[in-house]
Amino acid sequence: MAEKERTAKAKVEPKIVFQRPRALEDAPFTYCPGCAHGIVHRIIAECLDEMDIEGKTIAVIPVGCAVIADNFFSCDVIQASHGRAPAVSTAVKRVLPENLVFAYQGDGDLASIGMAETIHAATRGEKITVIFINNAIYGMTGGQLAPTTLPNQVTQTSPYGRDVVEAGYPIRVSEMLATLDGVALIERVTVDTPKHVRAAKKAIKKAFQYQMDNVGYSLIEVVSTCPTNWGMTPQDSFAWMRENMLPYYPLGTYRDVVAEGFADVGEAARAKVADCPIAYKGDK
Amino acid sequence: MSEKVLMKGNEALAESALRAGCRFFFGYPITPQTELAAYMSKRMPKEGGTFLQAESEIAAINMVYGASAAGARVMTSSSSPGISLKGEGISYMAGADLPGVIINIQRGGPGLGGIQPSQADYAQATHALGHGDLHVIVYAPSTVQEMADCAYSAFDVADKYRTPVMILADGMLGQMMEPVVLPEPKNTAPEKPWATVGHNHARPHNIVNSLFLSADKLEGKIKERFERYEVIKRDEPRAENFMTDDAEIVVMAFGASARIARSAVVSAREAGIKAGLIRPITLWPFPAFAIEETIATAKSYLSVEMNMGQMVDDIRLVVAGRAPVEFFGHTGGVIPTPQEVLAKIEAMHEAIGGKAAEAAAALTGGKAGA
Repeated sequence: MAEKERTAKAKVEPKIVFQRPRALEDAPFTYCPGCAHGIVHRIIAECLDEMDIEGKTIAVIPVGCAVIADNFFSCDVIQASHGRAPAVSTAVKRVLPENLVFAYQGDGDLASIGMAETIHAATRGEKITVIFINNAIYGMTGGQLAPTTLPNQVTQTSPYGRDVVEAGYPIRVSEMLATLDGVALIERVTVDTPKHVRAAKKAIKKAFQYQMDNVGYSLIEVVSTCPTNWGMTPQDSFAWMRENMLPYYPLGTYRDVVAEGFADVGEAARAKVADCPIAYKGDK
Repeated sequence: MSEKVLMKGNEALAESALRAGCRFFFGYPITPQTELAAYMSKRMPKEGGTFLQAESEIAAINMVYGASAAGARVMTSSSSPGISLKGEGISYMAGADLPGVIINIQRGGPGLGGIQPSQADYAQATHALGHGDLHVIVYAPSTVQEMADCAYSAFDVADKYRTPVMILADGMLGQMMEPVVLPEPKNTAPEKPWATVGHNHARPHNIVNSLFLSADKLEGKIKERFERYEVIKRDEPRAENFMTDDAEIVVMAFGASARIARSAVVSAREAGIKAGLIRPITLWPFPAFAIEETIATAKSYLSVEMNMGQMVDDIRLVVAGRAPVEFFGHTGGVIPTPQEVLAKIEAMHEAIGGKAAEAAAALTGGKAGA
């Protein structure tokens, strides 16, 4: 009887419950332990798999730790100069309007050197998606003050803590971009727990879907960690992030024009300017 | 054959680029290239193309980078201060082997300089258009017709060698109107199997990238690119030699200053001076061959430029001490007159012995003092 059972069991096809997404290369991540890049790369790849769109995708990668992301994403990849990923993505999408184009940027890349490109791609309503990794520090260059470094946070170039009188205040990118008419979707997420990872993936997938539906510009901000440059263990860094970053950068949806009842950013923008004849001109 | 039309140089560049199959233009307003972007903004939508006024010169060149990576024929235009801002993007394009056409309608510098015509970006264009070991093919048209011709062929050359190409003109050429025969529309863009257009699971993923963290790999990449530069230096140098067959005083000038130098050379000939003009059409690769063709008869060379003397250094490198090389020019937007250039030629003629030397040469049947 026991023998019979074992034989029957052996005949059952193995069920795959977890595997590498097709949209990731067969390469181990070389990011630091406790860094969120690996998690975010993976959920992006899962979205590409589930939407069956990897073959039509162009990733535009930044200067920063993710400059090596072409080692991991299986789709076509363009490495952009520092901060210019939104400008590069803009042009790629204009040339290839049927394709999925996403930019992957950190806080220094996106909110410091590339702020002009960020704001203008958003306000133009470019049909691109930006994945914004906010870990409040420059990772690759060794931990300098970033535009999102918290007040009093110690970094290599704010050794006494960020003095807001000298260095100014951190930028809340999602809140700021949400005011722009070209923006279809802005969500701030994190990836510290399975629940949050699932929510982050849902947000990214929605952003990709909005892009393919021509709704407008989308940005998903992922509040992340940098254990190496924060000088913490991976676990401590996530605890520090929850304690200090999430109050300053609250999770949530900052803009969703579809949820607001509009088909796209054009419709949403026109609804605001009914009493401005030139802006309201025309049927569309 | 198309009919002749009267056009500004800036407009001819734009129309010719369209006829070469360019459907993507990214730019930022700056004088004196204004008409080019305005023309593109009018025509691109009618051709199903994209005109996008970028938030900055930096964004514009990075849009060129992106559109080129996606396989499109793409162009941007600017003027001197704006070209400095594009330098980083041009370096990235060179480093990623991306074709694209960049127009510089030069004005006075440094800094904000002025808005009058200038050739003060010669050294930047030919020697240091961006950081790193790189070259960009640089054309220097001197008529509106040649601007149209250069814009028409620049895209093919850029695609052939996978390199950025610059057309270096100036505010005078950009703004002046001349009759031009526009080329026929063509669609000669080659297949670009390297472009990042989505792999559709039909090939390994393409990567457009200028980062090579291994020093050996980076050196290898650059050496491979420099082998391509050698082919460019062999096949692409272009120059027009005018009245140089027996020239003793060889004037060298490009673009707008070549128009002035040509008048001066004609006047010098009328005055009995054996003067000639070499007009480089490519500034990089530098047309050394055109100098070699004149070296047997040349007693001295004169570089005429609208700057403080930049191309003159490249002439000296080629002449390599075989004859004196002098410079005459104005800068800051001041345009040299043919009379001034003629006076310089006459002075040089005197210095090499003038009429006495000619008589001696006639007697000995050779090169006086050679």
